[in-house]
Amino acid sequence: MKLMILNDYDQASEWAAKYIRNKLLQFNPGPGKYFTLGLPTGSTPLGCYKKLIEYYKKGQISFQYVKTFNMDEYVGLPREHPESYHSFMWNNFFKHIDIRAENTNILDGNAADLQAECDAFEDKIKAAGGIQLFVGGIGPDGHIAFNEPGSSLVSRTRVKTLAQDTIIANARFFDGDLCKVPTMALTVGVGTVMDAKEVMILITGAHKAFALYKAIEEGVNHMWTVSAFQQHPQTLFVCDEDATLELRVKTVKYFKGMMHVHNKLVEAPPAP
Amino acid sequence: MPSNKSVSDAPICQFVNCRILRDHKLQREDLWVREGQILDPEKLFFDEKGFADKQVDCEGLIIAPGFIDVQINGGFGVDFSQPSSDVASGVRLVGHRILEHGVTSFCPTLVTSPPSVYHQVLPQITVQNGGQHGAGVLGVHVEGPFISAQKKGAHPEQYLRTFSSPGLSDLLQTYGTLERVRVVTLAPELEHSTGVVRELSQRGVTVSLGHSAANLSQAEDAVQSGASFITHLFNAMLPFHHRDPGIVGLLTSDRVPPERTVFYGMISDGIHTNPAALRIAHRAHPKGIVLVTDAIMAMGLPPGRHTLGQQVLEIQGLHAYVAGTKTLSGSIATMDMCVRHFRHASDLVLLDDDLNVKATYICGEEVWRKKT
Repeated sequence: MKLMILNDYDQASEWAAKYIRNKLLQFNPGPGKYFTLGLPTGSTPLGCYKKLIEYYKKGQISFQYVKTFNMDEYVGLPREHPESYHSFMWNNFFKHIDIRAENTNILDGNAADLQAECDAFEDKIKAAGGIQLFVGGIGPDGHIAFNEPGSSLVSRTRVKTLAQDTIIANARFFDGDLCKVPTMALTVGVGTVMDAKEVMILITGAHKAFALYKAIEEGVNHMWTVSAFQQHPQTLFVCDEDATLELRVKTVKYFKGMMHVHNKLVEAPPAP
Repeated sequence: MPSNKSVSDAPICQFVNCRILRDHKLQREDLWVREGQILDPEKLFFDEKGFADKQVDCEGLIIAPGFIDVQINGGFGVDFSQPSSDVASGVRLVGHRILEHGVTSFCPTLVTSPPSVYHQVLPQITVQNGGQHGAGVLGVHVEGPFISAQKKGAHPEQYLRTFSSPGLSDLLQTYGTLERVRVVTLAPELEHSTGVVRELSQRGVTVSLGHSAANLSQAEDAVQSGASFITHLFNAMLPFHHRDPGIVGLLTSDRVPPERTVFYGMISDGIHTNPAALRIAHRAHPKGIVLVTDAIMAMGLPPGRHTLGQQVLEIQGLHAYVAGTKTLSGSIATMDMCVRHFRHASDLVLLDDDLNVKATYICGEEVWRKKT
């Protein structure tokens, strides 16, 4: 893996956004050659989305030939609900950029047959040629998407019941009322994300530090599903200082020492 | 880029770089319009896979719904109550000029007049949509003649009338037709008014209480029968009294049917109502306030003597009096002035931070823009 350690949330968000920008430009998408991007929701990626919107507005990138696949969506929440992941993606990303609706893919938590919806999602990813870069976050319990502790590390897109930790973490989006938080969600599986060509995990804040430690300094374990990415050939973790608080000093020093090399990945693209 | 054709072929216009008043705050948001309807862009995106065909850059201005003026007696030299053979062009002129004030729909208002005037004028006013030609005409507001002699204000006493029976016969006789009448201002203390209010409300005509000496109980009865509006609150009615609040008491009355709201017109020109009174009314019943101009023919004209209906007036600065008296006879403030005053005391218009109208849109089409 590569572990990027930036000073704070804003710098981590910017680094991640620049990385995505450069990957997109390098891929040089066009008609018939779409760049497929897996996307997360939640508070962690907000800064990254803001930066990407900025780069779009500056004319540095276009999402015209980008296909997106979101990781998850709540079951039973109306699509127009302000806390649905559809609303999140529209308000925080899609409405600000030039992406077409038909190139976005978000699981439908109100589908009549939920498992069929999940299977169809896997087919769509396959039809799009697989995912070039899957961007994700990590829960305080070490989960990726809604692959809660105990999820199979080779799982595919399916319906999951949310763990208590997750419900508590999400209550802040539902007026702090635990009863209002949906209890089930559709989510890509650990296996689904592992299939991506490259995976980038954003981790910021002290409350995620223990999960990061479990994910990269301990063994591969289905109780901390992000640990599965130790077995992916191209994983990139982007963190801020606070998220490294539970790591060994040696680990942090090693990766910080490599930042000057890794920063080349986010240099401004050459002028055309 | 064509609009997605699954729902509609019509082009979609996206207003960008604007600030929208939403949830009591000015927020940076885009506004999406198709065929004169405001769209939910999220629904457009996910359901229709639609997108904008055209973008209008609002340059950071505030975007607001077009103003609706339900009490305007004329302006720019046109007096709606003046019988003429070409009322339509007067209405058209006013409709066109008020675009400048951000008004996109209005109710031409007629003050108390003899039946002959109504019979001549009303048939010449047509209900129509707004557009490039001017603001839309919603229908006529007939203010009188079934009002109180005690509270006639600037209305001519000799043409006041009472109801001889509860039905609509007196109104039909006076107005000639109720076809394009949208609002009727009457005094509910008049005998037989309950039946009249009920019949008018059932026909879909808005009944407004005004120019009246009614007490609260009479006003509440009228609301129970269907009245839903108050004509220029505080003016031409009994003043608020703590033991009988009169019509003003409707703002906090508990005898208003639960699913209904009583709206009240306010002339917020800084002259007809003291700002403190304006605030009291607004704080007591914020959901009911409706800003009106009650503008007279002299709005937009220079100071001097002019005619309103059957009477002569005198313009002094921003004040319009019945000639030779100190009785106010309507205002000459424009709608945007009223909005600004209201803020200082609280179809689409583009406003700068001082609430000056920069551009007016009807059905998403620009119909007026301030020349710089």
